Amino acid sequence: MFRKRTIAGIAIFAAAAITLSACASDTATPAAGDVDAATATSAEDFGGLDALVEAAQAEGQLNVIALPDNWANYGEIKAAFEKKYDITVNSADPDISSAEEIAAADNLKGQDTAPDVFDLGTAVALASTDYFAPYQVANWAEIPADNKESDGLWVNDYTGSMSIGYNSNEVPEPESLDDLLGDDYKGAVALNGDPTQAGAAFAAVGLATVQQGGTLDDFQDGIDFFSELNKAGNFIPVNATPATIASGETKVVFDWSYNNLAQTSVVDGWKVTTLPGAAYTSFYNQAISADAPHPAAARLWQEFVFSADAQNMFITGGAYPVTLAAMNEAGTTDEDAIAAIGNLDGDIVTPTAEQSEAASALLAEKWAAAIG
Amino acid sequence: MTVANAPVLVSGVAQAEPGRHPIGEPAGPAKRSPAGLAKYLGLAPFAVYVVIFLAIPTVLAIVTGFFTEDGSFTFANIAGLFDPLVLATFASSFWVSAITAVVGSVVGALVCYALLGTRAGGALRSFIDSASSVLAQFGGVMLAFAFIAAIGSQSLVTLWLKDTLGVDIYADGVWLYQPAGLLVVYTYFQVPLMIITFLPALEGLKTQWAEANATLGGTRFTYWTRIAFPVLAPSFFGSLLLLFANAFSSYATAAALVSQGSPIVPLQIRAALVSETVLGRENMAGALALGMVVVMVVVMWGYSVLQARTSRWQK
Repeated sequence: MFRKRTIAGIAIFAAAAITLSACASDTATPAAGDVDAATATSAEDFGGLDALVEAAQAEGQLNVIALPDNWANYGEIKAAFEKKYDITVNSADPDISSAEEIAAADNLKGQDTAPDVFDLGTAVALASTDYFAPYQVANWAEIPADNKESDGLWVNDYTGSMSIGYNSNEVPEPESLDDLLGDDYKGAVALNGDPTQAGAAFAAVGLATVQQGGTLDDFQDGIDFFSELNKAGNFIPVNATPATIASGETKVVFDWSYNNLAQTSVVDGWKVTTLPGAAYTSFYNQAISADAPHPAAARLWQEFVFSADAQNMFITGGAYPVTLAAMNEAGTTDEDAIAAIGNLDGDIVTPTAEQSEAASALLAEKWAAAIG
Repeated sequence: MTVANAPVLVSGVAQAEPGRHPIGEPAGPAKRSPAGLAKYLGLAPFAVYVVIFLAIPTVLAIVTGFFTEDGSFTFANIAGLFDPLVLATFASSFWVSAITAVVGSVVGALVCYALLGTRAGGALRSFIDSASSVLAQFGGVMLAFAFIAAIGSQSLVTLWLKDTLGVDIYADGVWLYQPAGLLVVYTYFQVPLMIITFLPALEGLKTQWAEANATLGGTRFTYWTRIAFPVLAPSFFGSLLLLFANAFSSYATAAALVSQGSPIVPLQIRAALVSETVLGRENMAGALALGMVVVMVVVMWGYSVLQARTSRWQK
């Protein structure tokens, strides 16, 4: 049915679209002063931290993405950054996944609303290094070598421990995974997302695996546990959110300790417990977008996130920051905050890239049937 | 739910006089070409709109299914459609759509039949007609939320049933967030859609036919089996297909309601696009979209064939 005229029309439209988008990418932010902020790999390249602050303030804006206010205390961290440097933080799409952060960088490339910095789960970070600009913060040496890419393409920023939050007004405290299979927990136990899509739910299956005596090489034990939980009628297949916790829909929630802890002050009776035995942790990763519309502000944000101030705010939010050991040594740790969440101890497990990949493949194959 | 707009056009046709379009009259070859040009000019804004917002995105989405992430051509994603897991998802999408379409069309048709007993143009019939037009478009997050608030595990109705009647609708587990829940929720917008699609056809039954039947000695039974049913059948099955397509292509309601297991195809597409744990399946989304388009093309082709038969009787 296409006539020649229509095709010509499409061609003209397409040509116009290409021309327009070409214009858009030409208007990339010019470098502040005589430094090319987009290629700077440390504050030294700007001529010191003060010069970086100046360049960032000249840009005046920072675009962050997927940073919910109630996630690891990001609300306070964003506000503190705005206050300290007088730079406006534009927080886009707080509830999207890590994969969507990268998709947003693709879709918004060349526009001034594109994300400047990312906070990503490990699998996505490792697969997306082409999107990152290398940068080393002033206290680079305080970050353990295992927790960073050697050029600074990505750097671990904080981790939580996989925990179980529960409403103590409604259900007894679970002391083992098997407790959750009992009648006290009918229709009560929820995950934060689908493990084939969301890192927190993936980690919950990982925790169940090691708690059941398995290893992270094979997530089958964890999948079997949730399958049993579902058969017992105790699994509720709804995304746990602050709203479902407040309404009482999800009485028991597997989630990162910082997410569960954030609810204790909001929901009456909400408590957090970790089971004895192995603890499951997984770092999130900070990275600067190679196409950041505000390259200097992005680098200043990175400096700020790894400063003792912001790292302590992670602790207040229930997360364990990557420079914790160095801060303990230097005596800059917020002792009250760390006492409130307890030290991470016991047998700590974190999946390697290979284990994550194998587990992803297994979950993609088995999860839907296990909880169907 | 764009397909839901179709019946509005159809019912407009049904009510219109059968008069012919003046341009359609044979007017000699000399005059035809300027009129023809004007016709296409008039169509241009809509055509451009459809091309930009429907055709191009659809083609782009499907084309991604034939490429790897690096941009080289592959059939791997298409082969992935025949993975038992993906086939199971298509099957469950099919069943959710089929069951809600059958339930929706039977219940909707009964409501239409009951409405025939009311005065045409009367308050009751126009109220139900306009309410149905609104409810047929009531979907997405709002509808999901309405159901969570009404029959979620901590909701008004659920708790009332439990506290006053001792009935626990979730005794065997919470089914609202699974395909079983989708059946209930989808039926909610399928019934009104059936009413607005099928009512014009029922209203098109002429009293003269019943009178002719009676004059010739037919009974009420023969009227329905020999006249009304054959006349209504294409319209009924056409509406059934429309309902099927409506449910099959629904995404937002399911996305807001179902968060585990991605049991239907639109949710598989979401998972392929946004997953942060199972990576590198973005292009699989294009292949899944192609699979859905194939199903939709077949269904909508059937719909248009049946619709053509329907309009024959409505002139």
